[in-house]
Amino acid sequence: MYKLSIDNLNELFALIGQDSKVYAPIERAGQVEFFLWSVEEKVRLDALNTVKSAKGFFFPQTEVLYKTKLEGKKIEIEAAEDAEEPTVYFGVRACDVKSFDVLDKVFLSEPVDSYYAAKRKHGTIVSMACSKPADTCFCGLFGIDATSPAGDVVTWIVGDTLYWDSKTEKGEALTVKVKELLVDADDVEVKKQQTEVKEMIAKAPLHDLSLEGFGGDALDELFNSPKWEALSSACLGCGTCTFVCPTCQCYDIRDYDSGHGVQKFRCWDSCMYSDFTMMAHGNNRTTQLQRFRQRFMHKLVYFPANNDGDFSCVGCGRCLQKCPQSLNIVKVIKALGGKKND
Amino acid sequence: MQKLRDEIVAKCKALLEDGTVDRVIGWEKGLFDYDCSPATFTKENIDELVYNEYCGSNLSKYLVKESKAEGNVAVLLKPCDTYSLNELLLEHRVKKEKIFVLGIPCGGMKDEKGELLMKCNTCKGNEHKIADEVMDSDLTVPEARDRFELVEKLDGMTPEERFAFWQGELSKCIRCNACRNVCPACTCLKCVFDNHASGIDSKANADSFEEKMFHIIRAFHVAGRCTDCGECSRVCPQGIPLHLFNRKYIKEINELYGEYQAGETEDSRPPLANFTKEDAEPSVIYEKGRD
Amino acid sequence: MQINENGEFRPTIVAFCCNWCSYAGADLAGSSRASYPADVKIIRVPCSCRVNPMFILRAFERGADGVILCGCHPGDCHYSTGNYYARRRMTMLFGMLDYLGIEKERTRVEWVSAAEGAKFSATMNEFVSAVKELGPNRKLRDLRCKN
Repeated sequence: MYKLSIDNLNELFALIGQDSKVYAPIERAGQVEFFLWSVEEKVRLDALNTVKSAKGFFFPQTEVLYKTKLEGKKIEIEAAEDAEEPTVYFGVRACDVKSFDVLDKVFLSEPVDSYYAAKRKHGTIVSMACSKPADTCFCGLFGIDATSPAGDVVTWIVGDTLYWDSKTEKGEALTVKVKELLVDADDVEVKKQQTEVKEMIAKAPLHDLSLEGFGGDALDELFNSPKWEALSSACLGCGTCTFVCPTCQCYDIRDYDSGHGVQKFRCWDSCMYSDFTMMAHGNNRTTQLQRFRQRFMHKLVYFPANNDGDFSCVGCGRCLQKCPQSLNIVKVIKALGGKKND
Repeated sequence: MQKLRDEIVAKCKALLEDGTVDRVIGWEKGLFDYDCSPATFTKENIDELVYNEYCGSNLSKYLVKESKAEGNVAVLLKPCDTYSLNELLLEHRVKKEKIFVLGIPCGGMKDEKGELLMKCNTCKGNEHKIADEVMDSDLTVPEARDRFELVEKLDGMTPEERFAFWQGELSKCIRCNACRNVCPACTCLKCVFDNHASGIDSKANADSFEEKMFHIIRAFHVAGRCTDCGECSRVCPQGIPLHLFNRKYIKEINELYGEYQAGETEDSRPPLANFTKEDAEPSVIYEKGRD
Repeated sequence: MQINENGEFRPTIVAFCCNWCSYAGADLAGSSRASYPADVKIIRVPCSCRVNPMFILRAFERGADGVILCGCHPGDCHYSTGNYYARRRMTMLFGMLDYLGIEKERTRVEWVSAAEGAKFSATMNEFVSAVKELGPNRKLRDLRCKN
């Protein structure tokens, strides 16, 4: 394990940035998101959750797949921009790192999504342990330890010191690159912080949720539950929950006609929208109840049924914070499943 | 507040008991103290109704759906929410005969941090513009600031500064459509931005033009109909000050076509569906702010 | 937007003209040999109030550098009152564009009757040179539409 002073962060980013792009939580117009780092930007490592999750690194909100150009009767096809550039993603929280596992299951299983795979292959994830979990956090429910996230390099911030521990080959390579800024360190401080934070998590308001009763086997029972009506009645049908969610992975592929060519692009789609998976005969799901149910059934039942019981939620709590009418997955879990000691 | 809540529940119970209404639209408790959700109650669960300083959401839009369903419905409306209902009635989007409006007093609503909601900073006062019955209370509404303060500040900037400000704000937009879906004035059955055949639907902003287009058109469509309820800014996950678009239109309308407050009454004529022969020419825009 | 062989900027101007007055005014400008720049692309609409704010934005999206709306003089609308509504709407829209920091000189409304061929050509000449002075529209266009 190594350490470096927080004051040297910009040097660290500059050094990494010499031959790769660096993304970090950066504040712009009052909101913290992952943006490309430059020395003028205001890095906010203290922010717990960015508004949008980290999934956009590998699965951007819009992404051009290819372009065609029409000149006379000649059509030219141009491939999408190169995603081969090495990129370092700094300050990814444990829940977001876990979300990459969920996305990998979708995009890296056959047929492999080459756009996603290319970005994933050239990305190095520097994760950051949480020191102050929010009331809305419940990552523990999905077996995530917020105090020791996965990732190529794991970092902890204790006071004014950043602790650095590489976990994979990619992480080793990055460590070698920035070695000149790092100092050898022991893990006493980190261990101490981990113990403290674990105590905080054990006392957090959502620590006692249970997923008992969810999973692939409960399909019929949950699908037909009469509780969906009350749960979904206030839903506005906006896409906030799906767009801030780190694991929502549905997308639409569209053409943009620029007048002298077409850009084929894909963009995030939301199962909350009335035109989601629209087909010639109309939409499969005609009411908001059905759309609402689809979102949570997908996360808690369909996904585990197809992926060895792994849920497609990581407990980041973004939907709890952002839903305009405060509907969210925890309310669904509580209403349909069990709560320990209940 | 708890006493008021108990009185409201008692009143709702009476309405449900005597058959005046079959359902009540109110708020239910969330996971924490600060995240109350809109909910529909019947005789069975009316005791779960809550009313506290975290009930900021405007329930009037739910009436579009609820007043089409079977049976009568009671709705809890704060003074500012009643403007939206008037506007919906004006546009024949809800059936008044199926609705019992229970006007509830409000002392200002808070966000999850415990701060006064943006919309409450410019409170419209404690008068219910439409109500079948108004609950008594000793709550006092928060002091109102000038709602055009920020619009005027922006108007005073140079075009380049304004452009930079809006570019910064609008580039955060994730096109979740929460501002549109929550808006009590946005009640089109099919929004042009959801209609693939329109050629301008887009689920994401692939270009900075699209976020401007969406927000200009969204605000334009409610110009003259927007009651300034502030829901758009309340729900924006990115904290974009969307109400500043609406207030710009309100300010222009007030200055050019006379003071108008949408939803003040249920039989007014919206200024953009109206005209006088002596209206200002569009060139009035070029003359403004030119020094 | 076009740059001609001399490196000179030629703006693309979209003119929405109402069928009954302004389009006929443009015709008259042509038949009386009053000239106006070829940069002006006319789109005929049944009435000035047919023009939805979206039309104006779409024109900018697709590369227009200026958009002008021409209709019958107030009081002379073929449909009695259409241009009165258009007047309010466009005032609101142009005010909003200005509020967003987009040059307000790129948008204009002019009333041109069927008898005002000379006015049509003078208006277009003046508008084109005003937009030319502003330079290409960069703030309100879709970059994907670039060549």
